[in-house]
Amino acid sequence: MAQTTYETESGAKVFGLLAEFSNPHTLTEGAKKIRDAGFKKWDTHAPFPVHEMEESMGIVGKAIAPMMFVIGCAAICGAGGGYLMQYLINVDYEIIVQGKPTSGAWEPFIPVTFELGILFTAFGSLLSMFAFNGLPRHHHPLFTSDNFLRCTDDAFFISIEAADAKFDYDQTKQLLSDAGAMHVEVIEES
Amino acid sequence: MSVINPDQINAQRLAGLRPSADRTDIDPALGDGSLVDDPGKVAPLVLNNRSFHDITEIVSGYSEKAPNWWWFHALGFAATVASIAQVMILYLIITGVGVWGLNNQVDWAWDITNFVFWIGIGHAGTLISAILCLLKQPWRTAVNRAAEAMTIFAVMCAGIFPGIHVGRVWFAWMLFPIPNYNYIWPNFRSPLLWDVFAVSTYATVSALFWYMGMIPDFATFRDRAHLRMRQGKSKQVELRLPVPLPLPTIKLPWRGDLIRAYVFGFLSLGWRMSGRHWYRYEKAYLILAGISTPLVLSVHSIVSFDFATSVVPGWHTTIFPPYFVAGAVFGGFAMVLLLLIPLRALMTNFSDLLTLRHLENMAKIILVTGMMVGFAYSMEFFIAWYSGSQFEADAFLYNRATPDWLDSRGAPYWWAYYAMIGCNVISPQIFWFRKMRRSPLAIWIVAFFVTIGMWFERFVIIVTSIHRAFLPGEWHMFFPTPVDILTFVGSCGVFLTLFLLFIRFLPIFPISEIKNVLPGASPHDYHDDHGDEHEGEHAGEGAH
Repeated sequence: MAQTTYETESGAKVFGLLAEFSNPHTLTEGAKKIRDAGFKKWDTHAPFPVHEMEESMGIVGKAIAPMMFVIGCAAICGAGGGYLMQYLINVDYEIIVQGKPTSGAWEPFIPVTFELGILFTAFGSLLSMFAFNGLPRHHHPLFTSDNFLRCTDDAFFISIEAADAKFDYDQTKQLLSDAGAMHVEVIEES
Repeated sequence: MSVINPDQINAQRLAGLRPSADRTDIDPALGDGSLVDDPGKVAPLVLNNRSFHDITEIVSGYSEKAPNWWWFHALGFAATVASIAQVMILYLIITGVGVWGLNNQVDWAWDITNFVFWIGIGHAGTLISAILCLLKQPWRTAVNRAAEAMTIFAVMCAGIFPGIHVGRVWFAWMLFPIPNYNYIWPNFRSPLLWDVFAVSTYATVSALFWYMGMIPDFATFRDRAHLRMRQGKSKQVELRLPVPLPLPTIKLPWRGDLIRAYVFGFLSLGWRMSGRHWYRYEKAYLILAGISTPLVLSVHSIVSFDFATSVVPGWHTTIFPPYFVAGAVFGGFAMVLLLLIPLRALMTNFSDLLTLRHLENMAKIILVTGMMVGFAYSMEFFIAWYSGSQFEADAFLYNRATPDWLDSRGAPYWWAYYAMIGCNVISPQIFWFRKMRRSPLAIWIVAFFVTIGMWFERFVIIVTSIHRAFLPGEWHMFFPTPVDILTFVGSCGVFLTLFLLFIRFLPIFPISEIKNVLPGASPHDYHDDHGDEHEGEHAGEGAH
């Protein structure tokens, strides 16, 4: 089915709708309504992680499972690679000093294995968080709205993209108002 | 609903010129209102009924407004001291480690003392940000950003010393397993090499943790700069003269907000406070906190292995790893307090976010960890006696604790030992008194003593242990040269310079985390029968 595209009066393509809510409570209630209406390409925006928002948005587990997998892989790569590096360097090329056992002793390699496991897990969690969040993305149509910039201060929003299969300009606008939005504005594609 | 620009009254209030509109009379027994002893009540984490917008204004204001007079003086002083370290390091590199007071017997002295001192300072930052995060202690929000910054700067200072003490600094790369022409590899069975990996991992992970926490706050700074530009409120940068002269002000051809929008826009990676992003962000942050906890315990354990795996009496003890970790947390918290208590007095509205309750909590941690190191000190003596090792008994009983003027078997470094005991074990005991725990001045003085005491602890462990080895023919004293002293003083300048730059340009408090512990942040704070008017009525209660 061909997706309907909407245009504003000036002829610009509509990116979506942005609805402002008064506080975390109304935002949560609004998010539940949008979730239940079956939208996929929508989001909430709040100046801090609102408690249990993932449940209100219906994204529990789905959004983080692949990220957790990547972080786990990074941890195993770091620790395994770290141990292998030491084994190749110090067992393949033995340094016989300090009267320490050279063959068969794996214990001295554990601290560095541990540290490298931690290091890779840290990079894995930060970078996979960016990757799955689609960051860095310095440009986004939402940033064109002056209102939206207050989101990093004390404003709460729900945005619904026009690309969503369920998006219908008038109905969605009405839905957002019914969900408790204070006002709804149109965001142009830019 | 909030307004974008505070009106005149609000602006005055935020500048500290006017008390909060909703300020109620505070019971003097509660100090600033945060010292609630009733277990049925949650102490407020932020005072004066601050709204979300107030928090943004206060914290952004520190970075956006022109710095106070004291900041320039402090920066000038700190940067001058820091430059001494650079001169001393350059002198060391072009001359050799002979410029230090090291000798054949005492071949580790101030260099490694300073290294362990600085690396220990850092541990409080990770403890606050990681362990208190896992323990769900919401009071960490007031101190975690500054403490994490302190961690990174302390680790940078720590990194200087092992880097330059290797003698031929241009071979320092051989610490790392880099494939090379001579097929020379590091020895992974050596604790000194574990140290390289532990400290570099610690520095990297701390920096990642710090940066990740700041991303939403960078977005706040970015959006504020953008809004001012769109509203035509941003001004050109003015070149200020250090002294008042009757000259026209020079205006530079760029706007400060443009620079801020670019720099913070770049650093915030396009963060748009999305619920989906927050969900992954919180999980990733939790994982970083989870892995930082064993990391911080491992780092100082591995630092202690540098000593514990040797056969030197006074170093060869199994209590070293937990003892070093407790000491690191102890010294680190003292440094956090040493830095933040003056800022609390000097900066506008700082005391609304860092309340007496926070200081009291940290004073309690100082007391607990001080008792832990006191226990470790006494346990060293017990084991020296209980093990029946003559050399260990001699190292503790005579080398450390007996003054040479009292007994001919005593050692000349007794004063360092008693300075350590006095500062680390005795001085925190005043925190048994509630009044002392709640007095910023008393806490600051104790923190100062603890910082000195923790430096002496490392000096006692390192120099006292090795200045008298097994044979009396090997006995040597250590005397620091001016280069030793000035390098350490200079490293304090480096630390202070970086910290002053941090409080000037970056978010000192985690804006989004503080908003999250305000009343009204949880959807459960609102009840349908009260509607939206409920926000702010819960002032005096934490969100958790």
